[in-house]
Amino acid sequence: MIRREYPRYFLLILPAALIFTTFFFVPMTRLAVVGATGDEGAASYLSIIQTPRHFESMVATVLLSIGVTAFALVISTIAGLFLVRNRFRGSETLVSLLTFPLAFPGVVIGFMIILLAGRQGLIGGISNYLIGYKVVLAYSMWGLFLGYLYFSIPRVILTIMASAEKLDPALEEAARSLGASSWEVIVDVILPALKPGLIASGAICFATSMGAFGTAFTLATNIDVLPMTIYTEFTLNANIAGAASLSIILGIITWVALLLARSLSGSTVAASG
Amino acid sequence: MRRPKIFYGQLFFTLVVCAFLIVPAILSALAGVTENFFVGLKSGFTFRWIIEVWELYSETIYLSLLIAVFCLIINLFIGVPAAYSLARIGGRTARIVEEMIVLPVAIPGLAIALALIIMYGGFRDFRISWSFILVGHVLYTLPFMVRSVLAVLTSTNFKILEEGAASLGAPFWHRFIYVVLPNAKPGILAGSLMVITLSVGEFNLTWMLHTPMTKTLPVGLADSYASMRLEVASAYTLVFFVMIVPLLIAMQLLAKSQRQPKKLIQDEDAH
Repeated sequence: MIRREYPRYFLLILPAALIFTTFFFVPMTRLAVVGATGDEGAASYLSIIQTPRHFESMVATVLLSIGVTAFALVISTIAGLFLVRNRFRGSETLVSLLTFPLAFPGVVIGFMIILLAGRQGLIGGISNYLIGYKVVLAYSMWGLFLGYLYFSIPRVILTIMASAEKLDPALEEAARSLGASSWEVIVDVILPALKPGLIASGAICFATSMGAFGTAFTLATNIDVLPMTIYTEFTLNANIAGAASLSIILGIITWVALLLARSLSGSTVAASG
Repeated sequence: MRRPKIFYGQLFFTLVVCAFLIVPAILSALAGVTENFFVGLKSGFTFRWIIEVWELYSETIYLSLLIAVFCLIINLFIGVPAAYSLARIGGRTARIVEEMIVLPVAIPGLAIALALIIMYGGFRDFRISWSFILVGHVLYTLPFMVRSVLAVLTSTNFKILEEGAASLGAPFWHRFIYVVLPNAKPGILAGSLMVITLSVGEFNLTWMLHTPMTKTLPVGLADSYASMRLEVASAYTLVFFVMIVPLLIAMQLLAKSQRQPKKLIQDEDAH
């Protein structure tokens, strides 16, 4: 039996620890301190409530993220359950296609939405042909909504499919044989069994939407989501303390959401949006 | 076999979701090789835009690949040993350390980039070099490498095998290279693919950390979306797809082959 050789493990983990301390923990601490060096000192953390522009952007981002999460969960549950339950020719391809945009950066997703719903986009072209009027959604709240949905669906579908595969079909059969309708089976058997997966993927989806920068940046909407507000404060207004305090608040929100996800499911697939 | 009506309803729904995700990507690929996208496909097929992208942006592609390769090397040298240590230490300590390593993924890239700029932006030579971007990418990708290797190690019997090697007199470095690394290989491979893919596509951190002299592929993409005609932006996106899709397919194949793990001995030590 090898003794647990802690000095050796410590040595092996040291390079990673040093890089993390130097380039993450120390700078993040500094960021938190800088956030409290504005005109009002530590009270500048309250700017998210007191400055109307910051507060509005916070509310808009939270509402958008909640809306995207709700839609992504419903859409992905329907599609994910279907794909787990039914094997048919091409179903594997469908799964691959649905998870294909996982590695797209936020900027590319923004461009996808421009092609879909922008000024020369597909939806505009079709609506122009049908009703003689170009429907342009990309640069409004709808564009952001579609974009966030675009990067959320693949992630949520993967998590839901993973938990749906663990479902015991016998439970469902038992419920049916006892006379439950399809609807009752869904509400009383399937959804409760999927609940941990749904909460976990919902939290991931919410956190990613809150922090998404690339998509909003490409769509260049006049709706200020929180990451865009931080970016503007830092680059245009040179309000470094304000940008720092907003970043810390945003970081805490996303971290808590993902912590919740991990405690429920044990794994998170968060990436940039 | 006769399918119930609801099957077709759900199939249709799933196909619509799939179209939402795939149609824009196809449009983009087509626009990149079409003479004039507003006129449509009948305006003709051309490589003109791809060539223009190459002339304008090839440096961003080289830089992205360079950063991705260095990012992978650093990940291999610091991430794999760290994952091994965590698998060995186990318990609450390992979970807390893992939780800390995952932080840069949980916190938006914008915040991390801001922290790096405020802290190190004053070191001018560092700030204007691509190693400034590399630092951000290492922070962002390390959690994926560590978790990938850690997951494989905790699911294998490397502790028993390592003990066997030790009882035969193998010193630590031999055990690490000939026992631990081969056992961790699937995790290292999956982690490496993930690191390259994430690094090549990273934007949120990179946009803040880049300088006009250090533009990566996604930074160039954002630039072309804002200032170039649709065909050039699409051709550029097509180039990006061509780079990223093989990595994605490799990851999916790897994940599929790992779903049927061939274990020689079950890990009893862990229980």
